Amino acid sequence: MLSFKMALRSISANKMRAMLTMLGIIIGVMALVVLVSLVSGATTSVTDAVSDLGSSLISVTVSDDKGAPVTLETLEEWMDEEELGLIAPAATDSVTGKHEGEYDSVTVYGTTPAYYEVQDLQLSMGRWLKSTDLDNHSYVCVINETAAAELIGYTDCVGQTLSLDGVEFTVVGILSDDDDSLTAVFSSGSLVAYIPYTSLMRLSDSVTGEITSFYVAAAEGSALDVAEARMEALLLERFEEDEDAYSISSQDVLEDAMSSITSTLTILLGGIAGISLVVGGIGIMNIMLVTVTERTREIGIRKAIGASRGTILTQFLIEAVVLCMMGCCLGIFLSWAMLQAVNTVVASTGMAFGLNGGVVMIAVVFCFLIGVVFGLYPANKAAKMKPIDALHYGG
Amino acid sequence: MIELKDVCKFYQVGEDRVRALDHACLHIYPHEFVSIIGPSGSGKSTLMNIIGCLDVADAGSYLLDGLPIEQYSENQLAQVRNHKIGFVFQSFNLIPKLSAEENVELPLIYQGVKRAERQQRVKEALRRVGLEKRAKHLPTELSGGQQQRVAIARAIVTNPKLILADEPTGALDSKTTQEIIDIFHDLHAQGNTIVLITHDNDVAKQASRSVHILDGRITEVKL
Repeated sequence: MLSFKMALRSISANKMRAMLTMLGIIIGVMALVVLVSLVSGATTSVTDAVSDLGSSLISVTVSDDKGAPVTLETLEEWMDEEELGLIAPAATDSVTGKHEGEYDSVTVYGTTPAYYEVQDLQLSMGRWLKSTDLDNHSYVCVINETAAAELIGYTDCVGQTLSLDGVEFTVVGILSDDDDSLTAVFSSGSLVAYIPYTSLMRLSDSVTGEITSFYVAAAEGSALDVAEARMEALLLERFEEDEDAYSISSQDVLEDAMSSITSTLTILLGGIAGISLVVGGIGIMNIMLVTVTERTREIGIRKAIGASRGTILTQFLIEAVVLCMMGCCLGIFLSWAMLQAVNTVVASTGMAFGLNGGVVMIAVVFCFLIGVVFGLYPANKAAKMKPIDALHYGG
Repeated sequence: MIELKDVCKFYQVGEDRVRALDHACLHIYPHEFVSIIGPSGSGKSTLMNIIGCLDVADAGSYLLDGLPIEQYSENQLAQVRNHKIGFVFQSFNLIPKLSAEENVELPLIYQGVKRAERQQRVKEALRRVGLEKRAKHLPTELSGGQQQRVAIARAIVTNPKLILADEPTGALDSKTTQEIIDIFHDLHAQGNTIVLITHDNDVAKQASRSVHILDGRITEVKL
């Protein structure tokens, strides 16, 4: 405590010099804290946006059914599992859609009523596929707004007929183009029609009763990874423990990728800022060396009246650390002020940047270490002085 | 109290080996007031550094209060200086940033004395040199004589076995010199052992015994 007071006094004896020395640390701390806080603030808002794209979905692709194909009945059985919610098959084919002379390529999905909820789709008009459509192999379809506009010419076209590869389908519902969903992002501008899975079996040669691709939703109140684990267990059981027979993925993968990108970015920026802190530390070392030389006589006096090596070492070390920590505190305060300023500027975008607690801790610990590491050499130089040489220095 | 036996100290100056102390022998007994006199370059300062445990001899033995100083490590020497010796220097050697009382307090801090006791002992030491009213002043705000009295207070605050004064009056006028000498007489009367190093015969005469040093050799003189 007493040596702390002495250190403060030595520092305040030369305020201008102390301030300039601290500036290195202040800038380093600000660089570290502000950059990392900005990145983590931006990350939060980006991650929120990504998870808005929908991530409560597991997609399964079967490549080798091992003689035990997945059928609509299998999916029905699996839906009874406690951890699993709705399961919807998704067979795809590309066909030519035609309406009164207009024709274009249309992506057709053969599926079940469950698909609507699994994919969280939005109807703008009409109805979705019903289980009776499935049972009756009905030639009904639900198309997206893009398909309606392109082929039929207007979007409120429920009741119109659409020819898909020459087979007449009645349009029973129109899906609104949801800009927020991931599927919409990837398929925007394309023409899409959803028809009963059984109808697609008849329409397309490549689609059979053996389902190769389906989507699974987690049961209500059940976490996605729990559902994914259960699904994986079921698949392993069915396909003779062969992991290569199928592939399973959830949209969490996207979030994982996002967070690995941002954490790399954080480490990169933090590292660069860390370098400027080290440079600040070299400034501290430089000024401490000057201080030790200037105060050679004082060191001699202190040693003559009984200060041990350790006492002198501690005195100068504490001075260096105090200098560093003062710079650190000022730096953190200025970072806070700067982030407040940034917040005011970007207030309209809805982004908010706060001091990141973790990086403040890191900055404090790092500054302390820099104070110790760069203070040690000058302090040791002071401690090693011989009392007579120091006493007679400069007269 | 002090027992120097065949103490030698050499300095390397260029190619020459200068013998600053040449088999110096000296006995000083408790409660003595001894002055060591000699012209500059006679080895006075070297002797003072060795007696004051600021430096160690190259040869010979030195017993201070029964302690074999030549065997001590640097930190042990610091302890000895702290507890057994009070220094008074020609150039006062006060720490300019610290007030008079803080300068006096410093050796007690190094001894690890508790705050309350420190303050009480600092007050007492300053009272003994007649400076209790100047306790809060910085050295630069004090006259030369006052600064030297602060230095004496710092030397006596630890109740050392030995007070070692190196030309304590060298930077003072004759009137202040007498004041300082009077303080040394008081301290001697109170039973302190004092070693005073000087080149001034008048000052040396004040001591009860005088020792002469020339070219690193010590001879007893009667004044």
